[in-house]
Amino acid sequence: MNTAQGSVALDVASLPRSAFGQRSVMWWATMCMIAIEGTAFALAITSYLYLKGRTPTWPPAMLPPALLWGTINLVVLLVSAWPNQLAKNAAERFDLRGVRIWMAVALAFALAFNMIRFLEFGALNVRWDVNAYGSVTWFLLGLHTVHVLTDFLDSSVLAAVMFFGRVDEQRFVDVSENALYWYFVVISWLPIYAVIYLAPRVA
Amino acid sequence: MSTAGHAALVESDPRLEPGALEEERRRLDRTWWNPRGLVGWLSEVDHKAIGRRFIVTAFAFFALAGVLAGLMRIQLARPENTFLNPDLYNQVFTMHGTTMMFLFAVPVALGVGIYVVPLMIGARAIALPRLLAFGYWMFLFGGIFLYVMFLGNVGPDNGWFSYPPLAGPEFGYGKRADVWAQLITFTEVSSLVVATSLICTILKFRTPGMSLDRIPLFVWAMLVVSLMIIFAMPAVMVSSTCLILDRLLATNFFNQAEGGDPVLWQHLFWFFGHPEVYIIFVPALGMVSEIISTFSRRPVFGYLIMVLSMIATAFIGFGVWVHHMFATGLPQLGESFFTAASIMIVVPTALQIFGWIATLWTARGLRLTVPLLYAASFFFVFTIGGLSGVMLASVPLDRQVHDTYFVVAHFHYVLIGGSTFPLLGALVYWFPKMTGRLMSERLGQASFWLLFIGFNLTFFPMHQLGLKGMPRRVYTYPASLGWANLNALATAGAAVIFIALVLYLVNVIVSLRRGATATSNPWAGSTLEWSTTSPPPAYNFFPTPTVASREPLWHDELKPPPVVGLESTEREVLVTALLDAEPDHRYKMPGPSLWPFLTAVATSVMFVWSIFQAMGLIWGAIPTFICLIGWFWPTGGKDRLEKGGDGTGLTLRESLS
Repeated sequence: MNTAQGSVALDVASLPRSAFGQRSVMWWATMCMIAIEGTAFALAITSYLYLKGRTPTWPPAMLPPALLWGTINLVVLLVSAWPNQLAKNAAERFDLRGVRIWMAVALAFALAFNMIRFLEFGALNVRWDVNAYGSVTWFLLGLHTVHVLTDFLDSSVLAAVMFFGRVDEQRFVDVSENALYWYFVVISWLPIYAVIYLAPRVA
Repeated sequence: MSTAGHAALVESDPRLEPGALEEERRRLDRTWWNPRGLVGWLSEVDHKAIGRRFIVTAFAFFALAGVLAGLMRIQLARPENTFLNPDLYNQVFTMHGTTMMFLFAVPVALGVGIYVVPLMIGARAIALPRLLAFGYWMFLFGGIFLYVMFLGNVGPDNGWFSYPPLAGPEFGYGKRADVWAQLITFTEVSSLVVATSLICTILKFRTPGMSLDRIPLFVWAMLVVSLMIIFAMPAVMVSSTCLILDRLLATNFFNQAEGGDPVLWQHLFWFFGHPEVYIIFVPALGMVSEIISTFSRRPVFGYLIMVLSMIATAFIGFGVWVHHMFATGLPQLGESFFTAASIMIVVPTALQIFGWIATLWTARGLRLTVPLLYAASFFFVFTIGGLSGVMLASVPLDRQVHDTYFVVAHFHYVLIGGSTFPLLGALVYWFPKMTGRLMSERLGQASFWLLFIGFNLTFFPMHQLGLKGMPRRVYTYPASLGWANLNALATAGAAVIFIALVLYLVNVIVSLRRGATATSNPWAGSTLEWSTTSPPPAYNFFPTPTVASREPLWHDELKPPPVVGLESTEREVLVTALLDAEPDHRYKMPGPSLWPFLTAVATSVMFVWSIFQAMGLIWGAIPTFICLIGWFWPTGGKDRLEKGGDGTGLTLRESLS
């Protein structure tokens, strides 16, 4: 391999300097993150069902969580997929103006979601330290909250970069992968919502 | 391979003239240069430096855990000994197990992977290098935290699996179990980021031509292990969090009285814990394959079978966890299922052992060097451990010897034989690449044989002790039980192990200074890491090679063309397609930065604070978040990189940009 001169070489100079989707490194890193967090969610849900299976009445002599705020939040989260997708599309066309607008809208949704989340905790009708049902309910909701909160914070930083920072092609890839992760936060809420709000209502 | 995308073959290009190449090399030296000085050292993102640090740090913890093992052997050498009191003994065996599993076996294998994998796949760098640096600091700080607490008599004392209720709020007094649970948080963060970095590297940074069926077996092993980490670690993340919540916020996950269940802990822990054993074992499979192939001077027999066996081991490894719980009174049908799965996992391992035997059998001139001795001893020691494993997989026998020294003997044969022996061989094998010098063969042979004899002397009698009923984790025993002679024998064996490992260390130190200088390929190996200088430059290869076969260095006649056209004034790497490694795009890597270190410091403060005050998690999150902003804020460009190479070191302000 040292005797390169005069012979054939593979010229990669004309290759692009970024790529989206599974071609990019950040997509795979995001996928690993999703796999890690998805496994944690799955195990937390499994633990919930395990404890439920061992308890004669569920919830044990108390009201199930009130449906109102959780269901409103379900709607907020599902609708947030729309600005999220528009931000992703804008990033993939390297449209900085579109990225700024739709990231800001998506952030507004995330902020609203986090605020309603506080009300959700108040409407669970159980404290975490009363019994195992309370513990695992708070744990599931808490685990999901950690994800929406941290994703809100790092999306805010990324949005700030897109408004005020040095923007190159790779930042647009970051926006696209960030939108992918938000989808994970949205989709993972569906089974967790079902477990927290509906499982205590079925025998 | 040649013309896909926009990459094209060029002939007699001016960039390939000797003068142009020399200039290119100088530019690369400047661009990939890492600043000197303390700040430069803390800012390092070169995978070779981080890999070395993982290995050295893990061996420091190995030495500490070894000393603890020595203390236990002294205590047990004779009946009714008073060398260690029972409380200290509990901490010592817990620290030993926790250190060996979380601070040695996993990080050291990952460290070897971090160092070797990018070199084996022809990459200029590792993916996500700053995250990797963060992972190293978290590992280091977690380990220091554990040992500082231990020195303050707050070492964990409930065994390395920390079962509630013993570790729960009712019986686990003080902060000891919290220290254990939070150490787990440190090490899981570390292993998860390393796994992510390795997966992205292996899938996207392979040099053109290295399709999935040309990846070296060690790289396959590291890919499989990384995937296992990603799916296994969350289980211990969930369970240790629940444990610490039970202890600090009065939740009831494992509290029987309020609808919780201690057996839930065992399910979650072993859903992680058994794959963990294979996380420790699978890298060794890759190491053994590389060593055997090189010293047999032929490719490993049955490449596809080897790869599929590792993948099968990983899959089945997730379906055997209940064999740790046969004594908990689970339904018998369920237990039978796990017996079957536990016996089934022998099949892929046996296939690999037959593959290696076939390779050695048809060797083109076998060279019995130290690395090969370690690989061969793996067959012997690991097979004994595997046989006692088959015994333990059957419920009646397991119930008989559960929690006895038979189990201790079994898992030391499996873990030391299946992981530490190959690892010690692999370090001798890759030592010349890492340091530019060869280790002494004579000292190496001496320490190998002492270790082999000492190991068997220590652990073989434990089978017998277990069958005679000696339980694990007891700090002493009365003379009337007749366990004294075998225990004394085991302690004598431990002394031999100690001498063997000291010799190994002496060999490392002496060879670093006076070892024979290594050429780029001292063992005549087949894989790409042997094509670059020993040690490699910061950018690994010059020029970046491509491959046209599975053993590129044994097929010179194919003459795969080197890569030209990558930027040399920026840290640019080539990203290729997942399956066939077609050139896809160019990707700019981040340079040295102090932020991963600062973020790790802030995160560690948050973790430690939170076991004393729950609010520490909230207040501690603020500096962590500020560090993350600093980390992600994009700055710097070509202008900053031009400064490199003047030997003045990096200023604090520069390293934060």
